[in-house]
Amino acid sequence: MTREAAGTDLLTAVNGSGLAAPLPRRRPAFRRRALHWAAPYTLLAPAAVVIAGVLAYPLYKLVALSFQKYGLFELVRHEGVYIGLANYSHIFHDALFWRVVARTVVFAVVNVTLTMVFGTLIALLLERLGKTMRVLLTTGLVCVWAIPVVVSVAVFQWMVDFQFGVVNWLLTQLHIVDYQHHNWFTNPMQGFAVITALIVWGAIPFVAITLYAGLAQLPRELVEAAEVDGANAWRVFWNITVPVLKPIFVILTSLSIIWDFQVFIQVWLMLGTTPSEDYYLMSVYSFVQSFKISEYGLGSAIAVVMVLIMMSVTFVYVREMIRIGETD
Amino acid sequence: MSSTSQLAPGVAVNIPRRRRSRKRLAHRAALNITAAVILVVMLFPVYWMVSTAFKQGKDILTLSPVWFPSPATLANFTDAINRPYFWDGVKNSLIVTSTVVAFSLVLAFLAALALAKFRFYGRSAFIVMIIGVQMVPLNALIIPLYILLSSAHQVDKLSGVIITYLTFVLPFAIWTLRGFVLGVPKELEEAAMVDGCTRFGAFLRILVPLVAPGLVATAIFAFIQAWNEYLIAYVMLNSPEKQTLTVWLAGFTTVRGTEWGPLMAGATLTALPVVIFFLFVQRRVAFGLTAGAVRG
Repeated sequence: MTREAAGTDLLTAVNGSGLAAPLPRRRPAFRRRALHWAAPYTLLAPAAVVIAGVLAYPLYKLVALSFQKYGLFELVRHEGVYIGLANYSHIFHDALFWRVVARTVVFAVVNVTLTMVFGTLIALLLERLGKTMRVLLTTGLVCVWAIPVVVSVAVFQWMVDFQFGVVNWLLTQLHIVDYQHHNWFTNPMQGFAVITALIVWGAIPFVAITLYAGLAQLPRELVEAAEVDGANAWRVFWNITVPVLKPIFVILTSLSIIWDFQVFIQVWLMLGTTPSEDYYLMSVYSFVQSFKISEYGLGSAIAVVMVLIMMSVTFVYVREMIRIGETD
Repeated sequence: MSSTSQLAPGVAVNIPRRRRSRKRLAHRAALNITAAVILVVMLFPVYWMVSTAFKQGKDILTLSPVWFPSPATLANFTDAINRPYFWDGVKNSLIVTSTVVAFSLVLAFLAALALAKFRFYGRSAFIVMIIGVQMVPLNALIIPLYILLSSAHQVDKLSGVIITYLTFVLPFAIWTLRGFVLGVPKELEEAAMVDGCTRFGAFLRILVPLVAPGLVATAIFAFIQAWNEYLIAYVMLNSPEKQTLTVWLAGFTTVRGTEWGPLMAGATLTALPVVIFFLFVQRRVAFGLTAGAVRG
């Protein structure tokens, strides 16, 4: 039995989800069985139709498009021309594409790591705080969580404004660097630093609050038993907190990977909807190819590669979620 | 055998009580100070947005920042709401979000019932689907969605946007509601049925009231998702009178020589409904999310 399974079993035991008593017999058996058989499908049908229609079909369409020449002419005719692997061979021979892939991977790794580290630290802090301070901090985090991305982009643009930005003022006042009249977006490294700050700032609340909710369900007896046995805080964290919370960690990390790998709006809006090539991430590149240059086939091929990379990384997440879905 | 780990608790007892309590006080103070610093850093952008929105023009464009909006003014807000298409944005956002909320609530509740109350062939496949669907990057689907909606003549129409929103709200809504339905003990419904309720009666009188908080949480979640969405609306809705509030706000940003005061006022107005709803619902959503995860 894996450690994580042990942890979750333990929690199941604590939660005390007992087995249901048999249903009282009221209707004739065969009718009841037929109803019982049809009921779940009837209930699921509407949602399944919508999801299949507007997600599964476009997904198929995306793959189909990536094998087609689909420009403005084809858009008007509503029909693409099959060209086999030409789109893929085009992007795979494109030096810019590989630079964009590498940049996207590094960007996602940095953002996910920062989000998870800060999120976990804040969750642990929340658990140790007194009630007043905890409510204050949670409320603050929720406020940040709720801010729409479009709004936060505008606010961060204002904070790093070239002339009147409060960040430039602060850095200059603290004598860290003289940033009077400093443009953060001339150097892509600095531009991405601002975008990373924006994304991590926006993502921390979700991670911290979800992890804290998980921590609150941690059985106290386990921690106390370990402390009686002389474990210090660090050992308690590694040997009890981490294994018990592992499913949540896996889910949060995978979700963060999914979100940070397909970052688009933040880059797009932060750079006034005209990012230079130095700012291309995969989603931006795909969008530019499709909606600016009207090469929808090429854009789709880039998107397909992006989906494949994400799927291979987040395979673990899907497996974990399915396990949860099947066992209760 | 007599390791330090066995000694440790004994040692702790020997520390004089006064010193220990002082140490604990210092520890607590350190924690509170850390929390306060985090709170200030996290909330600063929000504060800066709101305070800029209330400032006079001359207090916004200053080389050393003015920290408090005094005297406060509503000029930025009147400026923002009088800009072209603001009220169109509000109206469109309200239409889109309310439709998405209504439909997603009904569809997700039915599906959640099926997943939580029945074991049936294809259940795992469906669960795989709703989880897999959440992994599909929306940014990748924007291309085929645009092409499909344009051949169905649904571009520049709110209906196209509504249907698209439904699909990315639904999976999460189903997943969350399923957790809430599972949280209602079967015994309660069974007891009602033993007492003479029909299955449907038990559903109406026991399950629905008990799941109501979950329904509220899901509704608000759907509201927030639909209200905050930008990319699909930006691509699908071309004419300014059709655009939603987030698209209106983003259009504001790209104007050369941004007017920060009205922009921050517009940003505050866009964020306000979401923040209110989120504060109202956050505990339930966070716990609903993890309830399923930890239960295993």
